[in-house]
Amino acid sequence: MAGYAWLLRLLLLLLAVGLGYAVLSLPDQAQGLQPDVLGKMDQSGVTHPVTAVLLNFRGYDTLLEMAVLLLALLGIWSLGGLPEARPESEPGPVLGTLTQVLVPVLIVVAGYLLWTGAHAPGGAFQAGAVLGAAGVLLQLTGWRLPRRAAGHPLRITLVAGVAVFLIVAALPLPGGRQLLEYDPNYAGVLILVVEAFATVSIGVTLAALFFGADPTDKAPK
Amino acid sequence: MSVPFLYALVGIGLFCLGFHGLIVYDHLLRKILAINIMGSGVFLVLVALAKRGGEAAPDPVPHAMVITGIVVAVSATALALGLMLKVQAATGHAVLPGKSRD
Repeated sequence: MAGYAWLLRLLLLLLAVGLGYAVLSLPDQAQGLQPDVLGKMDQSGVTHPVTAVLLNFRGYDTLLEMAVLLLALLGIWSLGGLPEARPESEPGPVLGTLTQVLVPVLIVVAGYLLWTGAHAPGGAFQAGAVLGAAGVLLQLTGWRLPRRAAGHPLRITLVAGVAVFLIVAALPLPGGRQLLEYDPNYAGVLILVVEAFATVSIGVTLAALFFGADPTDKAPK
Repeated sequence: MSVPFLYALVGIGLFCLGFHGLIVYDHLLRKILAINIMGSGVFLVLVALAKRGGEAAPDPVPHAMVITGIVVAVSATALALGLMLKVQAATGHAVLPGKSRD
């Protein structure tokens, strides 16, 4: 391994120079698709261009991405139970108290981010990440999902984001429109509905990814 | 050279640094971290190059792609960590089979 170290560094240096050359040879001034997006903003239902791209113009990407998130969780669950991380020490009083204060704040922040995504930076993914962080904090203090919530309620929450997105995506089909081609008059409401369900699903999925195994599993042998 | 290109070059640097780590280190946790650093480099290139319009607002399409990419990267990392724990539970080392140093 050591004998090849210089060769590896040389190849990586060549790669870096090649990539750098490729980037620097791009035109200095370019607007990309920005004029196209801004030109269609009045049909998108929202006023923030990134949200318009995510949930309207390129909604297909976002729909498939929600499916990828679910797929990653299914992958972890299908590993058949992970050794649960045992904390070295009991969570201290600071973590417990801080979590009690922070979790409600995080939930409110997630709601704010979701709402503000229509006209400013924010949206379902940011809000979902904040919710996921709240879930991780709760798990660090030793909190576990109650057993009666771990079965169907959890699964329905996990799938709700993709399911509602699919239903909303299919709504325009009977009217002779394409998949995901929202009526501009209702696009704002539809996007808010999709984002609200997506936020909850993303947050719960991230927290479940942190937990690892399917909570209905018996303890691994 | 304008500021977006400077950030894009930093992104390429991160990508190559991560690539180096991915090849050199045997421990799977280091490999997973290295892939994440590579991904961060790619995201930095995309975000930086979206702002080449001078005073105009940045191109929103690469920004939306990066948001999507970050969530996918997080979930893929979680799956990779789960697989790593399984490898460790099965072999006792978080190293790919055939790579153990004993």
